[in-house]
Amino acid sequence: MTSPLQKKIKIHGPSVVTANRTSDGVVIWRTADHGWSTDLDDAAIVRDGETARALLTEATADDVGAVGPYIAPVTIADNGTVLPGNLREQIRNTGVTIELPAQV
Amino acid sequence: MYAYDEIDRAIVSERVDEFRDQVRRRLSGELTEDEFKSLRLMNGVYLQLHAYMFRVAIPYGTLSSAQLRKLAHVARTYDRGYGHFTTRQNIQFNWIALKDLPDALADLAEVGIHAMQTSGNCTRNVTADQWAGVVPGEIEDARVWAEILRQHTALHPEFSFLPRKFKFAITASDHDRAAIKIHDVGLRLRKNDAGETGFEVLVGGGLGRSPFIGKTIKPFVRGRDILSYVEAILRVYNQYGRRDNIYKARIKILVHELGIDKFAAEVEEEWKQIAEGPLTLDDEMIEDIRARFIYPDYAKLSDSPEELTKAKADPAFAMWLDNSAAPHKQPGYAIVTLSLKPVGGPPGDATAEQMDAIADLADKYSFGEIRVGHEQNLALPHVAKRDLPALWAALDKIGVATPNINHVSDIIACPGLDYCSLANARSIPIAQELSRRFADPATGRLIGRLHINISGCINACGHHHVGHIGILGVEKNDQEVYQITIGGRADEEAKLGELIGPAVPYDQVADVIEDIVEAYLALRERPEELFVDTVKRLGVEPFKERVYATR
Repeated sequence: MTSPLQKKIKIHGPSVVTANRTSDGVVIWRTADHGWSTDLDDAAIVRDGETARALLTEATADDVGAVGPYIAPVTIADNGTVLPGNLREQIRNTGVTIELPAQV
Repeated sequence: MYAYDEIDRAIVSERVDEFRDQVRRRLSGELTEDEFKSLRLMNGVYLQLHAYMFRVAIPYGTLSSAQLRKLAHVARTYDRGYGHFTTRQNIQFNWIALKDLPDALADLAEVGIHAMQTSGNCTRNVTADQWAGVVPGEIEDARVWAEILRQHTALHPEFSFLPRKFKFAITASDHDRAAIKIHDVGLRLRKNDAGETGFEVLVGGGLGRSPFIGKTIKPFVRGRDILSYVEAILRVYNQYGRRDNIYKARIKILVHELGIDKFAAEVEEEWKQIAEGPLTLDDEMIEDIRARFIYPDYAKLSDSPEELTKAKADPAFAMWLDNSAAPHKQPGYAIVTLSLKPVGGPPGDATAEQMDAIADLADKYSFGEIRVGHEQNLALPHVAKRDLPALWAALDKIGVATPNINHVSDIIACPGLDYCSLANARSIPIAQELSRRFADPATGRLIGRLHINISGCINACGHHHVGHIGILGVEKNDQEVYQITIGGRADEEAKLGELIGPAVPYDQVADVIEDIVEAYLALRERPEELFVDTVKRLGVEPFKERVYATR
């Protein structure tokens, strides 16, 4: 099977690299200073295929810290806030869209 | 209840130690995710959108009160205070940290619970009629055979790396509550003309991307031969099942492509090699397993106790009784279903507090036993009828006495896009909205039996193909849209539903379902004609017309 890193990477607008933290599965984003953050606002934004590949490559290299990194679309609001680019990523960012049973 | 022996306990305990070491090596970097993934999956650990998900097996849907309390403990200690009962007699915890999983498994092992056979391409948790052993008219307790199969298939080296996952379901009743026709192998207990116990064996059922109803491969296999026969099926599947294409790897595809006659001939040929061999069960083995099921010491009680007659004067109690209590084989007792489908609640979820309270009620009223059904509800299988009024009051207090069993708001739903990494669309909010629309129990009664099943992707964990009304969430142009089928069913007359037309957006689903139900009420010949029978009589056209005429 071809690794995602060996495929040509096409992105259609601003994107980030996201994964789940190995120790507890929490959603994380790759930052510009080669680390991870649990805050989407801290994510490194990439805008072309080559930069996206580079960010994904370094994220994938951190196999101990993160599971399953991939490129996800984002949009940038007028005030600069980074927003998830689709519903799946929105739910990963802000959590389930329902009230948790224990809170009812 | 089944009593585990030392071998069972040793296997479970060794598995915990192995997994603790595997987790340690993963967290230290000794194991890569690629190396670790199959190991965690063998212990029921998935990675979902927000966190790890831990799936725990409840073989043939039977739990003791001590086991349910331990599940509550895991929910409270390592998760966010609740668990989700699935359509395959498992429970899932949605927020558990990898570092905590060995401790959670160790705690569960104390009461004989584990996560083996809940993931991976192995034979999965063997499921059974949740009323097995207590329902009138069954051939015998199907769980005895489910346990025989469980013991044989658990960690079976030949069947731990099959082309794809493999699911068994068993029933011993005419009315199929175990959905055997949508399993890889479905077993229906029968007696032959000589009075011997055996099985009608069905094969090749399943939902997902390519749904099929199981076909009878052999109308009668004697009980003593059942292990060798299913072993022959598994061997043929293991040999010919496709490993090159995950979408074509299930046995249903093999059966479909070969045809049931050719597949049956292959199985017969394989069976010839192993029938009458070491897998033949002798009476002593069967009785040994049967003897490990401990049945309650029922009292001789009136079938119409005064307490019950008096309590029926309360219409709320009478409605619940009519809906949620079912006949028991023992006079004076009833089987009580606990609804995990409160109005506006996520289907199948129970909080740790509810689980603890249900465990206490099981001790007080049901000989310490609880059952889990594939419809994502629980049951107390041995309740004295005289205790029903007191039990109802206690269940109502903890929110599990909604009188909607088998009604329109008793919805099966997968976790959907709120939790699941495979999902394309949300399931739970759709179910919640529908349960609010149909909240009035009188409406549920008026409509009668109606199963709505919702899946958030084509993998069909919510069994949408066999819902009387099936709802499948898909993603189109970054939007959630929902395909709607009607006329499906999962029982002894199992059938796949038929699509009524183009998918509808998220915010129109509840309106569409209301339209379908209103059309049914107008079209049914008499109140006793169930929704699914009206669809069978008239086809989908009148419903389609009603839904799309104004949209």
